[in-house]
Amino acid sequence: MRKLNLAVNTMALGTMAFLYLPLIAVAFFSVNNTKYGLAWKGFTLNWYLQLFQNEVILQAAWNTLILAVVSTSISTVLGTALAIGMDRFPWPKKMNTVFDLVLHLPVIIPDIILAAALVVAFGFLRGISSFFEPGLFSMIVGHITFQVAFVALVVRSRLVSIGKDVEEAARDLYATTPYLLWNVTLPLLMPGIVAGAMLAFTLSLDDFVISFFTAGPDSVTLPLYIFAAVRRVVTPQIHALSTLVLLATILLVGVMERFTRKKNTP
Amino acid sequence: MNRLIIWYGELLTQKKLIKRGALFLGPGMLWLLIFLVLPGLILVLVSFAGRGAYGEMVWEYSFDNYKRLMGYGIFGWTPDYLVILLRSVWVALVTTGLSVVLSYPLCFFIARKPERTRYVWLMMVIIPFWTNMVIRTYSWFLILAPELPFAKLAAYFKIISPGMALYPSAFAVYLGMVSMFLPFVALPLFSSIERLDWTLVEAAQDLYSSNLRIFMHAILPQTLPGLSVGIILSFVPAMGMFVVPDLLGGAKYMLVGNLIQQQFGTSRDWAFGAAISMGLMILTMFSLYLYRRKNKGMELL
Repeated sequence: MRKLNLAVNTMALGTMAFLYLPLIAVAFFSVNNTKYGLAWKGFTLNWYLQLFQNEVILQAAWNTLILAVVSTSISTVLGTALAIGMDRFPWPKKMNTVFDLVLHLPVIIPDIILAAALVVAFGFLRGISSFFEPGLFSMIVGHITFQVAFVALVVRSRLVSIGKDVEEAARDLYATTPYLLWNVTLPLLMPGIVAGAMLAFTLSLDDFVISFFTAGPDSVTLPLYIFAAVRRVVTPQIHALSTLVLLATILLVGVMERFTRKKNTP
Repeated sequence: MNRLIIWYGELLTQKKLIKRGALFLGPGMLWLLIFLVLPGLILVLVSFAGRGAYGEMVWEYSFDNYKRLMGYGIFGWTPDYLVILLRSVWVALVTTGLSVVLSYPLCFFIARKPERTRYVWLMMVIIPFWTNMVIRTYSWFLILAPELPFAKLAAYFKIISPGMALYPSAFAVYLGMVSMFLPFVALPLFSSIERLDWTLVEAAQDLYSSNLRIFMHAILPQTLPGLSVGIILSFVPAMGMFVVPDLLGGAKYMLVGNLIQQQFGTSRDWAFGAAISMGLMILTMFSLYLYRRKNKGMELL
């Protein structure tokens, strides 16, 4: 048994190393004082300082943030309403199955197919409105499309777990629909809504494929910038940028975990 | 429709209730219909269209794109596209398989840690899960660079010529894919392993069961729900992956994702791109169906 334990531990630590070695390498070479090669030439923060003077990168960071904030706000509102609409009304069974299927579509189809479908659809919509030119607007629409489903799924599971008793009690006490929604349902739902919004935000920051297919020349985001850059040549500046993105991810995941764990354990 | 009903403490007509429900559900559903279902249907239509001389679409319906995908071209039959399709399935299978093999020890390791440090270890798996895939992929450039021991070792054994990097290559693609999708398997699996009933394992040990049988009969059935979610979460996106093969495989190891991207990018052949997407969709649905049939009665997603 001891031998087996040792084998399990070694494999697990090996797997961890396998996951982290590349990321640590990026962070390590982001503070290496040489432009070319992988030999250690001393510590520097120069590459980080240069990032903040690079107009293109600053613009890309701004685009990434705008995209995430706008798409998350819209998809949170749409997704929450969708979840309430699906869970709290007596829809016929058949309709419920259809709703369920549509909601699960963005979750199960490969994102590249969604991206291809959006490219083609935007191609046609361009005939109607110039809004659908490749660019930030198209990207926001694309991101909302997959975010809505995830938000709705998270909020719906919360709706199911809080049950309908409190709402029924409020109704018995003559609460009107707006009052019920505002003072009973939404406050109870809040942890689910926040969790859904955080998930949507992280999904948006993390997305590459949908953005890659729908982006225009003026709407480069950080993942797109990094992808284009490393296809040409990998520079320490890119390592520095990636390290910052990684740190932001760690921060976001930390907040998300802390929040959902606290609310889940009574 | 005008029946009066009591719906959770409120007395109203069914018509009114449905109207209110539609108000909630409407905007979100409409959005998904316009930007998900409709584009999907258009994609199906487009896959039967043709391509004009300047990359514009020509509305002549035919099965030409599908024939081309099956390998029938102007110059007779070639297996090129079929090889790429089958390779994508193969890569997704290998990636998922290796991820499962690596995930079990990892999850046991984390589950046995005391509660305090357990979440720190779990976070260590969650962070790569959420890290941008472009960064996680290109970071392998550094590990596989010619200056580092791994490439030097490979050069020593004459697998590659000295001074060359280990990428682009099929090996690099597998490396990148497994590291990409391992957290997708490990996280759902962990939620099952955390709730594992260890008394069953102990009972099996008391009865002198071999380690393999303990795993097959006492552990595997208990962890199936999490494992299934993990397998689906990694297999489906792995098949459509294009960042990893693009950066780590180059032209040497193309997958169906690259093929689709090419049609919408440099080749500007949307109709053919749509047909390949349909091919990928059919492959995805077919494998989900096969998987479901093999594991009857299992609740997925």
